[in-house]
Amino acid sequence: MSAADGTAREARRFRLPAINPVWFILAALIAAIAIENANFLAPIGYMNFLKRAAPLAILAAGQVYVIVSGGFDLSVGSLITLTVVGSSMLTNNDPAATYWVIPLMLAMGAVVGLVNGLVVSVLRVPSLIATLGMMITLNGLAFLWSGGAPRGYLPETFRFFGRVNLLDVPLVNILPVALLVMIGVGTLLTLLMHRTAYGKLLHAVGDNPRAAFLAGVPVARVRVTAFVISSLSAVVAGILLGGFAGVSTDVGAGYELQAITAAVIGGAQLLGGRGTVPAAMAGALTLNAIFTLLNFLGLPKPVRDVVQGLILIAAVALATLRRRRAGR
Amino acid sequence: MLRGFMTLVGALSLALATTAVSAQNFDDPDEFAKQREQLEMTPNGPEGQPWLQYLGEDMADTSSHAKDGPYTFCFSNAGVNNPWRVVGFTNMQAEVEMHDEIENFVHVDAEGSDDKQIADIEDLLAGGECDVLIVSPNTTAALTPAVERACEQLPVIVFDRGVNTDCPVTFIHPIGGYAFGIEAAEFIADNVDPGANVLMLRILPGVDVLETRYSAGKRIFDEAGLNVVGAEFTDGDNAKTKSIVEDYLQRGQIDAVWMDAGATAVAAIEAFEDNGLEVPPFNGEDQQDFLQKWRDLGMTAIAPTYPTFQWRTPIIAALSVMKGEEVPGPEWVLPQPAIDGDNLADYINESMPPLHYAMCGCEEMPGYPERWGGRD
Amino acid sequence: MTVADAAAPARPPRRLARRFERYAPALILLLAAASYLGVVFGTGQTQYLTADNLIAILNRSIALGITAVGQTFVILVGSIDLSVANLISVAAVLASFIMKGEASMIVPAVIAVLGVGALVGLVNGLVITKLSVNPLIATLGMALLLQGALSANFNNFAGSVPDAWKLFAYGEIMGLPVGLVFLAVLALLAWFLLRRTRLGSDMYAVGGNRDAARFAGIKTDNVIIASHVLCSLAAATAGLYLAARLGSGAPWIGRDGVYDLESIAVVVIGGTVLAGGRGGVLGTMAGVMIFSLIDSVFNVAGVDAFAKQVLRGVIIVAAVALYAARSKRFAA
Repeated sequence: MSAADGTAREARRFRLPAINPVWFILAALIAAIAIENANFLAPIGYMNFLKRAAPLAILAAGQVYVIVSGGFDLSVGSLITLTVVGSSMLTNNDPAATYWVIPLMLAMGAVVGLVNGLVVSVLRVPSLIATLGMMITLNGLAFLWSGGAPRGYLPETFRFFGRVNLLDVPLVNILPVALLVMIGVGTLLTLLMHRTAYGKLLHAVGDNPRAAFLAGVPVARVRVTAFVISSLSAVVAGILLGGFAGVSTDVGAGYELQAITAAVIGGAQLLGGRGTVPAAMAGALTLNAIFTLLNFLGLPKPVRDVVQGLILIAAVALATLRRRRAGR
Repeated sequence: MLRGFMTLVGALSLALATTAVSAQNFDDPDEFAKQREQLEMTPNGPEGQPWLQYLGEDMADTSSHAKDGPYTFCFSNAGVNNPWRVVGFTNMQAEVEMHDEIENFVHVDAEGSDDKQIADIEDLLAGGECDVLIVSPNTTAALTPAVERACEQLPVIVFDRGVNTDCPVTFIHPIGGYAFGIEAAEFIADNVDPGANVLMLRILPGVDVLETRYSAGKRIFDEAGLNVVGAEFTDGDNAKTKSIVEDYLQRGQIDAVWMDAGATAVAAIEAFEDNGLEVPPFNGEDQQDFLQKWRDLGMTAIAPTYPTFQWRTPIIAALSVMKGEEVPGPEWVLPQPAIDGDNLADYINESMPPLHYAMCGCEEMPGYPERWGGRD
Repeated sequence: MTVADAAAPARPPRRLARRFERYAPALILLLAAASYLGVVFGTGQTQYLTADNLIAILNRSIALGITAVGQTFVILVGSIDLSVANLISVAAVLASFIMKGEASMIVPAVIAVLGVGALVGLVNGLVITKLSVNPLIATLGMALLLQGALSANFNNFAGSVPDAWKLFAYGEIMGLPVGLVFLAVLALLAWFLLRRTRLGSDMYAVGGNRDAARFAGIKTDNVIIASHVLCSLAAATAGLYLAARLGSGAPWIGRDGVYDLESIAVVVIGGTVLAGGRGGVLGTMAGVMIFSLIDSVFNVAGVDAFAKQVLRGVIIVAAVALYAARSKRFAA
């Protein structure tokens, strides 16, 4: 693996990199869905698909920051739950409360990310354990706060982001607000990772933390920021999920592994150094497309589990193979 | 290499792919008929206090367990991992407070694990201070040996799920899963035309109390000549429920929705609303959010229940056992009332949380409504 | 997992630090025991201070202990196994399905279950070494495959185990539960393997620095595969134990017990470093006892189920931080 300073040079040499295979897979899956179910090609069909995929895509876009930095964030699922449960308790069906509850939830997310990041970089606890502990803790907090069952309703102003479709939009006819949020967050996170100095430092830290440290990179600060971004993305995903379907105490369950899977399908390399935001989001759409397709084919959940497992292993094995072929 | 791996996995799946067998029969015509009959029975016991009522006449003698107070009651709980259990356990704690003879109430929570619950029961027995043991088993089969060993030391009362042994003093439960499925499906069959498309939504496979609800519902739809367009598992997840219903609506018309549990009913209703469709006949359960939605939209609906008031009964039964009074046994079958259009207004309380179970029998208990998460 | 920077030269730990690391699991265990005594006396429930109750506490976590012994091997070589929970379900279901209550079927069932376990471990090891798939992903994929294969065929308790097999969980040897004695023997065997055999020292070498181990002539791939086979065999054994304890196997028992994450947690609380190369099975046993004690403390003190979770999360992180904060390595 090349040292930090080598990455930039290499990047220049591979100015026209091969297109990430995730895009082809996604295109093929979407074609298959369209063949299987013609309704998918109507705006309501594909817009519903995008609306449902938006939370996972946003989550994957945040997770890929932590993965590129060399870690994992297992706490995002329970942070989603805490966001939904907490928002329902604080808003309690008061439409005006949305405007202060959302910033408050984002602040809470930032604190969670900060704690994750500090535990990893200052206390030097491996991120797997640190965020596992955070996952258990946040889940417990969500239950402790609510007493085990949702305690309030989310007002329509809050649910707007995840539930509402804008109608009579030119070209596409309907446009889910969740899709706009996804595009907005995706653009922001893409620019931050691939067009700023921070993005370069993040890749350098994930590639070789010691070399980066010796080169004067503020490793701790870069890492903490990555965890904060991941947590913030979880809060946004929580707002969309709560909006889409309302309150429950297990909304976030399983999302941590799905987010990591999505990033990995998008070609992100675990333990750092490599990964892009658009590809991770494409990985999320791919995962959702697989589930949708299996659903349309009427295959039961056990088959879905097996397929997901095989795809996960195959994606990583192929990525490793490609890297070896490319001599990197 | 990859192919080799796939072959291995294939071999592994094949090794497991023997004919599936399930330990219990979830589609038992005799049990179906019995529960259908029990729905029509008039319960014994004080009217208006269903947690004290019972169906049938059999009583269990408990004189050998009589003991002077004060008592230590021990309770091994499968978990409080869903809103139904949260409401139920709150009922139980409030019931304990209403009786001064109960000096100590020791409660251990297995967090949904059989292994842990067995260990919890062993701990309680080793501690040796319990006068009576109440068990809400996580699963029927796994907890049977632990309950059998407890029976050798002290009186045991089991409720909600049963165990495969008759050693407990009594097993307290409402009529059962078939009854739930019957009430929901009969209502739907009465309110749609023959041949109508029914979507059945289920939480997950394999759970005894849910499987029987489904088999009863399916049986009635088949008898009534309705077209079950699908039976889908939602994992009890709102987002998944809404997505599933939306997908069905994209593909064709849905004339009724049957559900084996009501926690995600509102998400299913929203799928109709958000697609600009009229909400068809539905069944939910006694959760406040569903009841209020039902009223607000003026729906054609019914709410069979699996009443949480059954969490009060074990404490009451245990006290009777301590006093040597007879209790309904070996099974204490509680009534299982349904909420329909006529009594809907009686059960709606807007100050209660969305997933509060209205059939809790808790309105007169100490600490209501705050203790159950309500606003006064 | 091989941490990207594992190759970075860790500074030679000072002797004091090394001594601390060695005794830290024992210290945490003492702390847990002290808090148990504190709670028992504090709440005046001294009836819990009996030999019977001590055994009951130790007997709480046999399945977790057996699994964790296996997990220690893979973590020591710098790998990890997330498939143990689902393998436990497979093993328990397969055992009770084959036994069907017949004592004569015990031997075939045990052979079949251990065979499946060895196969799963072999596949995990091969995918990780020969396909270079990150162990976290490889075993997560395996977990999904196992769950899918299992729930395609079973959705409830299947079959039952004969009374003779229940002795594994409920029998006694010299007044001690069979399961507890079995776990102790298993831990001693694992200790012997790690500290007194060639394979054991190779495992430490591979976990400490894979490249250096390779240059030293160790067949690193084989060592990693062997550790995965041992881990999966242990998980399969835990499944056999649970089948005895529950009287039957159901496809959810492994997941419900959260044996994957809990086994990793007790291994690292026991002082084995997640990056590999340092730690051992005695620490893991201390970790298991710490978990059992914490559970009992919560039960005796009557801690609310939700507060339990919060405390457990904090304790895991705090315990690991106790070791990790002294290390100069970059955690990943």
